[in-house]
Amino acid sequence: MDVSMTVNGSSRTDSVEPRLLLVHYLREVAGLTGTNIGCDTSSCGACTVLVDGESVKSCTMLAAQADGAEVTTIEGLADGESMHPMQEAFREHHGLQCGYCTPGMVMAAVSLLKEIPNPTEAQVREGLEGNLCRCTGYHNIVQAVLAAAKAPAGAGS
Amino acid sequence: MIPAPFEYRRATSVEEALRMLGDGGEDAKLLAGGHSLLPLMKLRLAAPSMLVDIGRLRDLSYVRDTGDTIAIGALTRHRDVETDPLVAEHAPILAHVAGQVGDPQVRHRGTIGGSIAHGDPASDLPAATLALGATFEVVAPGGAKRSIPAADFFRGFLETALAPAEILTEIVVPKVTGAGWSFQKFNRRAQDWAIVGVAAVRNGSTGIGLVNMGSTPLRATAVEEALAGGASVQEAASHAADGLDPPSDLNASPEYRAHLARVLVRRALEEAAGSSRS
Repeated sequence: MDVSMTVNGSSRTDSVEPRLLLVHYLREVAGLTGTNIGCDTSSCGACTVLVDGESVKSCTMLAAQADGAEVTTIEGLADGESMHPMQEAFREHHGLQCGYCTPGMVMAAVSLLKEIPNPTEAQVREGLEGNLCRCTGYHNIVQAVLAAAKAPAGAGS
Repeated sequence: MIPAPFEYRRATSVEEALRMLGDGGEDAKLLAGGHSLLPLMKLRLAAPSMLVDIGRLRDLSYVRDTGDTIAIGALTRHRDVETDPLVAEHAPILAHVAGQVGDPQVRHRGTIGGSIAHGDPASDLPAATLALGATFEVVAPGGAKRSIPAADFFRGFLETALAPAEILTEIVVPKVTGAGWSFQKFNRRAQDWAIVGVAAVRNGSTGIGLVNMGSTPLRATAVEEALAGGASVQEAASHAADGLDPPSDLNASPEYRAHLARVLVRRALEEAAGSSRS
């Protein structure tokens, strides 16, 4: 079947098997390997992307379900050489150790700030409950998200 | 992990979805948000020959005031139930429980109808509908409609009163404005399924739903009867596991689940009594 979607601002149409998962479409068809596959069971959140602006786990969605949608991956956040405010906050606050969870963590955090622009620390922790960091580097991740919420450029956009 | 191959059909109306389900026969399944079905398909625990995608039937995503009840479209996402002002006012336990399902990503995709039609005993929302005394509206091929009370809906493990060719369209919830309520979800880690969960609504009589205490979502009928007979909270809660056969898994033995049910029912009843505004 054919699926058409806008990925990071570029529209594309591809012929895919109905069973193709969105994460495999993004990585293998669109060549965007920034989205990682971690647990592959909708638990860890490493594969989090935005579909029509909201965080989803792309391992638990068919590419066919995203037909017609706007998809944003980690590659779509930066504006040229300028990092997105959330990426900048993760860098500034060292919100990563090995980095494997980071793309999903950043995308989940962008979605979180859209829904709650000025979250409390507890709201950040609860809002990121769908993303696991095996380095257990949660402290700095939470600090980064709180800092991004205060950034002037609007990290939820 | 990749699901087994299937034929994919996308429905643009309930009528079309019913026809497609009929075409697909017994091995066809409805796909809503996919957050119960796709994980099973990836593990090859389910291998439907056809998926009928109803995820775009936006006219089944709504919350409406229907007088003494509120009506929730089956395709209303958990996130939308969680944040809907009508649900918050008239069935606040349902808004709270929708916000306890999975994690934000899951709540952006999963739907209330999908969760109920899946009938998983470990799911939070079915227990809340049991405690509320909700009713499920169902449509069959040809358009015949019927209403199934939540108490009669869950029949066996992942088995419900829905016939293979029927579609759950609406969840009707009695308004319990100002009633006391509580949802106790006991788990070890964020985002996990409940090891045991308890939903209680105190609105004159008390309704109690149990999560993960048997092969289906369950009502704690022994507790409800004890309360109706005038028993104290402590005494009534001691009956929480009476007659039940809770599952055994890596997280808990049946004995531990029975213990948890008694403790969590007591806590739920105490909190529901404390939060009552009526």
